[in-house]
Amino acid sequence: MGERVPIEEGLFTWPSDEPKLIGSICLDCGAIVFPAQSGCPRCTSDNTEKKELGTRGSLWTWTIQGFPPKSPPYQGDTENFEPFGVGYVEIHDEVKVETRLTVAEKEKLSIGMEMELTFVPLYVDEDGNEVITFAFAPVEG
Amino acid sequence: MSKPEVAIVGIGMHPFGRTPEKTGQEQGVYAVREALKDAGVEWKDIQFAFGGSQAAGAADTMVSKLGLTGLQFINVANGCATGGSALFSAYNTIASGAFDLGIAVGYDKHERGAFRVNTRSHGLGDWYGKQGLALTTQFFGMKINRYMEKYDISHNTLAKISAKAFRNAEHNPNAWRRQPFSEEQILESEMLSYPLTKFMFCSPAEGGVALILARADQAHKYTDTPVYLNAAVVRSRRWGSFEVMAPWIALDDAAGPTVDTSKAAFEMAGIGPEDIDVAQLQDTEVGAEIMHMAENGFCEHGEQERMIQQGETEIGGKLPVNTDGGCLANGEPVGASGLRQVHENVLQLRGAAGKRQVPNDPSVAYTHVYGAPGISGVTILSK
Repeated sequence: MGERVPIEEGLFTWPSDEPKLIGSICLDCGAIVFPAQSGCPRCTSDNTEKKELGTRGSLWTWTIQGFPPKSPPYQGDTENFEPFGVGYVEIHDEVKVETRLTVAEKEKLSIGMEMELTFVPLYVDEDGNEVITFAFAPVEG
Repeated sequence: MSKPEVAIVGIGMHPFGRTPEKTGQEQGVYAVREALKDAGVEWKDIQFAFGGSQAAGAADTMVSKLGLTGLQFINVANGCATGGSALFSAYNTIASGAFDLGIAVGYDKHERGAFRVNTRSHGLGDWYGKQGLALTTQFFGMKINRYMEKYDISHNTLAKISAKAFRNAEHNPNAWRRQPFSEEQILESEMLSYPLTKFMFCSPAEGGVALILARADQAHKYTDTPVYLNAAVVRSRRWGSFEVMAPWIALDDAAGPTVDTSKAAFEMAGIGPEDIDVAQLQDTEVGAEIMHMAENGFCEHGEQERMIQQGETEIGGKLPVNTDGGCLANGEPVGASGLRQVHENVLQLRGAAGKRQVPNDPSVAYTHVYGAPGISGVTILSK
């Protein structure tokens, strides 16, 4: 029987009560990037530390992936492919993060709409584990 | 205009598209031999080479087919800007006085379908490709989607760019897709990455281009119609720009590398966008051509809607853009694409572009490439 496992260690804090993405912040200039990295691309300092990112943001731009990506590298289902949304969410006052979206209908997507972080199953790996990754979903209401 | 130090004295090209019976490198060798003939020189006269291919093997191994003359041959790999970088390197090698006569060559041969991206070679984790984010097509869709909303660009204008490309290519025997399509056919083709449809994208392809460069003061030894390189500039991205293959973007917004490259090139040439008679702008898809018109300084953001609807970028228009059909109709062999643009401009400046010749004797031409992970290359040419 497989387990549920994260797509990559160090990318986010799932599984936990309030899972978050892990970025890094520059202690010299305050620039935030995702995923975490050792150098600051804004001020060139190497004085950075990990930072858990906020879970809400606004949709900065989006598209819909309409055809199955080549596999490899894609690990999702290509035989019964369903289009999926992709966008950049501007996490409030932090950084714009590229992400899968939980909706793939153009009528339901608009620039500026409020989004929140969620975690979704992506595929089952060769050991039978269900692989979990991050996505953003529209905030209801 | 600044006094040029370097001239293009020979051009050669293997037709773009699909050539199953030839390897990518054989297409590159063909292009080199055509360029040698055009300049009236032999391979043994060539003192140095810069060459690149992304998927068809190391360019310097070409010498086993062209001749083992012992020349300096340096491989260049810079994504979609590979050709532009080879030319930039060849330009500076002559401008520095190190050599008098050399060649820039690029060729490629890609598998069918969208580019398969090796995320690790882009410095990204495996997770990025596994979850379906490692697609250049998504970036193009997302960049133009935001741009259309911000600057009121219509879907019909997207279609008009593709229709122009295929119409121009009809008169280019070296182009791949030479059948005109209507705007309706373009809009109704499969939606690949909203708002971009199948006929709005270029495809990975095959082909080769070679350019022979000489010291400007020696150009007339080789040709009666030299074309001078007044500027060759390559730049990379800065903090805040929005680029392909980016898991994140900074909160601050900044202009992309194209803007920096273009400004530096105009400064180097000592002229402005209003002096350009014909331009080849990176059009991996229709949105790129639209946005690159403004990023290269040819109009204000949003002005493209009116310009394209009024036909200003057609061959007979005020600023003809992508007169050979661009990437859209030629496809993209990554190593060769940037050099194809220069090849086309040399033909236009020589007045040798046949039925797609820009009228009124163009004298100054412009090329622009853009590539992952946020680089740009620009040249300005004159006769």
